[in-house]
Amino acid sequence: MEQKGIRDGFGNAIAKLGEMNQKIVVLAAGVGDSTQAFKFKEKFSERYIEAGIAEQNMVGMAAGLALGGKIPFATSFATFLPGRCFDQIRQSVCYANLNVKLVATHAGLTVGQDGATHQMMEDIALMRSLPNMTVIAPCDAVEAEKAVLAAAEIMGPVFIRLGRDKQPVISQDKNFEIGRSVLMRNGHDVTLIATGIMVYYALLAAEELEKEGISARVINMHTVKPIDKGAIVKAAKETRGIVTAEEHQVYGGLGSAVAEVLSQEHPAKLRIIGMPDKFGESGKPDELLKKYGLTEKEIAEAARNILK
Amino acid sequence: MNDLKKKAQNIRKNIVRMIHAAGSGHTGGSLGMADVFTALYFKVINENIFSKDEDRDRFILSNGHICPVWYATLSELGKIPKEELLTLRKIDSRLQGHPVNHDLPFAELPTGSLGQGISASVGLALAYKMDRKKSKVFVSLGDGEMEEGSVWEALMAAGHYRLSNLIAFVDRNIIQQGGSTEDMMSLEPLKGKIESFKWNVTVADGHDFDQILNAFDQAKKSADKPSFIIFRTHLGQGVSFVKDNFKWHGTAPNDEQLKIALQELEGE
Repeated sequence: MEQKGIRDGFGNAIAKLGEMNQKIVVLAAGVGDSTQAFKFKEKFSERYIEAGIAEQNMVGMAAGLALGGKIPFATSFATFLPGRCFDQIRQSVCYANLNVKLVATHAGLTVGQDGATHQMMEDIALMRSLPNMTVIAPCDAVEAEKAVLAAAEIMGPVFIRLGRDKQPVISQDKNFEIGRSVLMRNGHDVTLIATGIMVYYALLAAEELEKEGISARVINMHTVKPIDKGAIVKAAKETRGIVTAEEHQVYGGLGSAVAEVLSQEHPAKLRIIGMPDKFGESGKPDELLKKYGLTEKEIAEAARNILK
Repeated sequence: MNDLKKKAQNIRKNIVRMIHAAGSGHTGGSLGMADVFTALYFKVINENIFSKDEDRDRFILSNGHICPVWYATLSELGKIPKEELLTLRKIDSRLQGHPVNHDLPFAELPTGSLGQGISASVGLALAYKMDRKKSKVFVSLGDGEMEEGSVWEALMAAGHYRLSNLIAFVDRNIIQQGGSTEDMMSLEPLKGKIESFKWNVTVADGHDFDQILNAFDQAKKSADKPSFIIFRTHLGQGVSFVKDNFKWHGTAPNDEQLKIALQELEGE
């Protein structure tokens, strides 16, 4: 299977956007070469703004650039964006309802050796709590590119979280629409709803379950906010339970968002797979996913538990 | 000059009236900046600020809590009906406790969380510079506000990008909620600090119209650096029991206090 750096999806998209629209500007906070923002800088240096290692001011400047008629994409690592500048995002972007796009790379455990200070697992929880914010976690480089392009098309704040590592490309032929989940694999016994890199592991889990005669539906919930309620309720009605999977804390992210829908619309059995309320550590990405229980094994086991 | 003084006094009267009607608000800082705001809006800012021109002057009130002086100045200009001033902080009013852009066209973005409006003004000035626009971006700061680190990130960026179209000024009344800035988190030497961030800095008496106008004039002429004006002010200028009294940072006058304040302001 083809492996591509998910950040490259952003790099490709932002270079295209720069070509298509003169209003697009890109801000970086000292790590533009890591986030792939440099791909924009190479072609459109006069529209690339280095903010220095100062995320609060970066986001504030992005708000000001939007007031000046630009479409700003502010970028950094997820620990710092939104971690360092939540108030700026809340007040100057969301409350102001300005057309600012936030692209955070290096989200999740798979950041690897840098360790927990750089492994953001709380960003989805933070961002989806904000009114006016759209939250997207693409599953691979191809989807990431589509997501960035789509973000530029809509008016208003958007937060896109991307990992650091190379990921298998699994979304090649799928259409992308903000707020509409993607049915990756149909099934009728249990539903696996995943976001970001965990969509791949959900597909692996489905294959494993099939060998045991369990038919698992796999849904790629790339847009966590606004979440695709219809697909969740449909799954609750048509299958016997739901397992969610995310490279994020079990509190506050995709699992919580799905729980909110289920408990209020159509109660169903639910298991949430994610970072179990812990901080990570230095290690290789796949070692870390294994150690903290974010693999197809845990997803499949949770599915079996639901069906017992 | 007399005309400006009269306008400033009128603005001060409306400040105490509206905060009294609201039952809460930031009386001290608002009164203190009445002279600067009068000069700014009547003599300094291009009136195209009220147009929809793409190239127009802009203003951001980073110290959003002193919005009563800003609302009152806009009212003095005929942009906000006088009666509307008394809706300050009331539900459904356009004039919220801290400025909000949704229904109030003059507000660029919501401010009140200190240290953010200045960042936005830097972004706006950058956008203008990129597009080679001729207009200026003005931003107001409080001195307590300058304790926020993000302010210094913004100043650093503006100096780095040589945003000569950016003019910032601070209400240097040496007071913040709770006491003197120099007791709580000392800012001095403020001028030197800002200069070291690559800004042109002027110090002026915030209650002397000649000095205020000169300072802005100089700032407008800056060719290569952003400009910063430190206005030395008295919190609560114009009302004796508010003047230099930190307890009036965020207090509203009661009926009796309003009466006395208006008498004093009338007497000028």
